Amino acid sequence: MIDRSFIGKTFPPLHVDVEAGQLRNFARATGQRDPIYTDETAAKAAGYRALPAPLTFLFTLDQEREDRFYFINAMGIELGHVLHGEQAFTYGAPICAGDRVTLTCTCMDIYDKKGGAMEFVILKTKATNQLGEDLGTMTGTIVVRDPK
Amino acid sequence: MSTFAHDVTFAGVKVGDSLPAVTSKPISRTTLALFAGASGDHNPIHIDIDFAKAAGMPDVFAHGMLGMAYLGHLLTAWVPQRAVREFSTRFVSITQVHAVVTCTGRVVEKREGNLVALEIEAADQNGDVKLAGKAVVELP
Repeated sequence: MIDRSFIGKTFPPLHVDVEAGQLRNFARATGQRDPIYTDETAAKAAGYRALPAPLTFLFTLDQEREDRFYFINAMGIELGHVLHGEQAFTYGAPICAGDRVTLTCTCMDIYDKKGGAMEFVILKTKATNQLGEDLGTMTGTIVVRDPK
Repeated sequence: MSTFAHDVTFAGVKVGDSLPAVTSKPISRTTLALFAGASGDHNPIHIDIDFAKAAGMPDVFAHGMLGMAYLGHLLTAWVPQRAVREFSTRFVSITQVHAVVTCTGRVVEKREGNLVALEIEAADQNGDVKLAGKAVVELP
């Protein structure tokens, strides 16, 4: 059982730089064909100040922590038993190359189903940039399966 | 410069309209290795078959966030990214190596404030649903 006292806990904020190379890499790895995600001229023509981060990129920025499995390790979860249940984003100002983003992650809930055979962890992350602009939120549901 | 012409307007869409479908290339083990690196999701269950088997899985499988990135392509091929206000998905079932994922979507509601609600889906070559999601876009 995951310690329910994690509910309501906020993890230390992460400050992370958004790099153009990282954005191009992500675009290539996902087969992105729209040039605004790889070509700065195209991005600017589309009204962005630099390459924009794609819709799911907050998730990737959150992996830039010293320990990318921070909450999994903190909660004592077996990594091999983790499945991604749901993921949701809301959007504020665009995230672009050159931005410095601050991510603050809070554990919203932990509960179980099937008599404890599956546990669910809900994490909500808020993001702001160097100008203090609201970049939106992401909310993830992690499912921990018990293979026994 | 952009090859993506976005001319969708609130007045021009109606409930039931379909978004143009987007289909991925087959997901190879290389795809998963490159996505692990590029996305920062280094969970070995997606790239290391020894780890996957030790965790009780028959093989590695695709990152859920890879499928969600493909769903994102569906949205941003239809409207500019800044039109997207909300985007969410459930990961319905595991996406296997070699899957070819097709993303589809349709307009389910028009709301005040020029908002349009969509239901979106990613399915493999057998028609098995892998991701089932929703989005809200704000149109001119």
